[in-house]
Amino acid sequence: MNAVSSKYSRKDTGWRLFLKTIIARAYPRLIGQQREVSWLVFDVVMPMLAVVAYVFVYRALEAPEEYIGFVVMGGAMTAFWMNILWSMSSQLYWEKEQGNLALYIMAPNSMMAILLGMALGGMLATAMRAIAVTLLGSLMFGVTYEVTSYLQLFSVFMLAMIALYGMGMMMASAFLLFGREAWHMANLAQEPIFLASGFYFPIKSLPFWVAAGASILPLTLGMDAMRQLIFSSGFQFGFMTVRFEIIILAVMSVVFVVTAKFLLAYVEKIAVREGRVTESRR
Amino acid sequence: MAAWLGWLIESNWTDPFLFAVYSIVKPLSGAAILVIMYGIISGGNFNTPLFPYIYLGNAFYIYVGAVMTGVSWAVVDDREHYKTLKYMYIAPIYIPVYLLGRGVARFITGSIAVFITIVAGVLFLKVPLHFAEINWGLFLVTLILGVVMLALLGLLLAGITLTVARHEGFIGEATAGALYIFSGAVFPLDVLPAWIRPVGYFMPTTYWLELLRRSLVGNVAQAFPTLANFSNMQILGILLALSIFFGVISIWVFRYCDGIARDRGLIDHTTNY
Repeated sequence: MNAVSSKYSRKDTGWRLFLKTIIARAYPRLIGQQREVSWLVFDVVMPMLAVVAYVFVYRALEAPEEYIGFVVMGGAMTAFWMNILWSMSSQLYWEKEQGNLALYIMAPNSMMAILLGMALGGMLATAMRAIAVTLLGSLMFGVTYEVTSYLQLFSVFMLAMIALYGMGMMMASAFLLFGREAWHMANLAQEPIFLASGFYFPIKSLPFWVAAGASILPLTLGMDAMRQLIFSSGFQFGFMTVRFEIIILAVMSVVFVVTAKFLLAYVEKIAVREGRVTESRR
Repeated sequence: MAAWLGWLIESNWTDPFLFAVYSIVKPLSGAAILVIMYGIISGGNFNTPLFPYIYLGNAFYIYVGAVMTGVSWAVVDDREHYKTLKYMYIAPIYIPVYLLGRGVARFITGSIAVFITIVAGVLFLKVPLHFAEINWGLFLVTLILGVVMLALLGLLLAGITLTVARHEGFIGEATAGALYIFSGAVFPLDVLPAWIRPVGYFMPTTYWLELLRRSLVGNVAQAFPTLANFSNMQILGILLALSIFFGVISIWVFRYCDGIARDRGLIDHTTNY
């Protein structure tokens, strides 16, 4: 009896609680989602439909083969952006609608740890979908890759992911304040972002200031750098040098995560003081 | 009344200006992706027949997503979100008509998006659309026939949506996405591998988009070999026949699925999935 009660009455605090919260929130994303195989099918099929359509547009235009590779890579990266929109930015809003948000805020754990757990789990689970889209697209359309630097590729991908999910954490708080408009905002941030970030064409093709403005989204620079690193003629299509893009992504990673922390603190303050953030208004 | 309800649900979450921006930005961005892809490869030459083919096909395809998904999404919205579908079922109304009415709001917003996309194409990208040369009779008949056909396909999807508990939101999107490829909306069907083309020939949307292009830009649309051997009237006949065929199937499927949903108690089945 004592052994049982001591096991369950032990209260973790500090960094141990922080880490456990991250793991606990990442668990349903990482393990739970894999149990639901049908999600995997839809998550792969939907981006593939766009990939197939755009590949055939390029084929109709008799475009060079590199562009087919750009589309496949862009299609794979859409999985991350969709995950950011629907499973990060909108997540706190969904939690509010289902009545969980108040419980999150009341619990003795850090909200930042919850968002980090969501980001970690979402990132890993989405990576599996992105790999599936890349493999499927590469096999279907015979895309070949030629990596010039694995170290740089790894750095770019990891920094792009940290910055992107940092941005997702930041947007989660902002979307919560949008209320009923959150769903529409997430819906709106699809095609315009696919356009501005150059998911299906090199960002260098856009006017300089448009491309520079779009670079505020980590995926814009991340994809631009990755295209330069994995396709033999990719450097011709680069907007900036890979090294410079790595530096910018590193800065973005820090800025977005820190801003997310401040925004979250603000939302928590409103929730506790006014009680209106956690209230579901259908 | 269903159409009015649909309009309010679609539009009253924000002020009219933001709603107008929201309704326009998405389709224009989708069109802009294709314009940039085309511009990069063609070196900015927008005077080939392929450009109006792509641009107009993409513009009118907005209707496919809007009307078809609009009808089927009403089931998800009313059952899962507002939890009112059960009340609609016990009210003295005819459910298929109610669902079709809910799709009208998306048809209106879709029409605005189509109009603006085409106007932008004519003004800024030199899409060769000349008022005097448009075959208005053919255009209007094709447009109306197509919208009815899409609404009935939406009813088919609504029926399927009634019987599934998971992924019901994806059904419309996945169908619209697949039709985008098989209908030759943004590339001639000849680009597809030969073994997959028959799927496109069986889809009414293929003939619908072809007729819309022909009615608006005439010979430019007929430059592609896919349906070059067919006259406008022949294509209209095929479109009518396929629309009737799919319409009958849709009504039958809806009735069948509706029966299953009633038997299994799925009308008020909320999953929070």
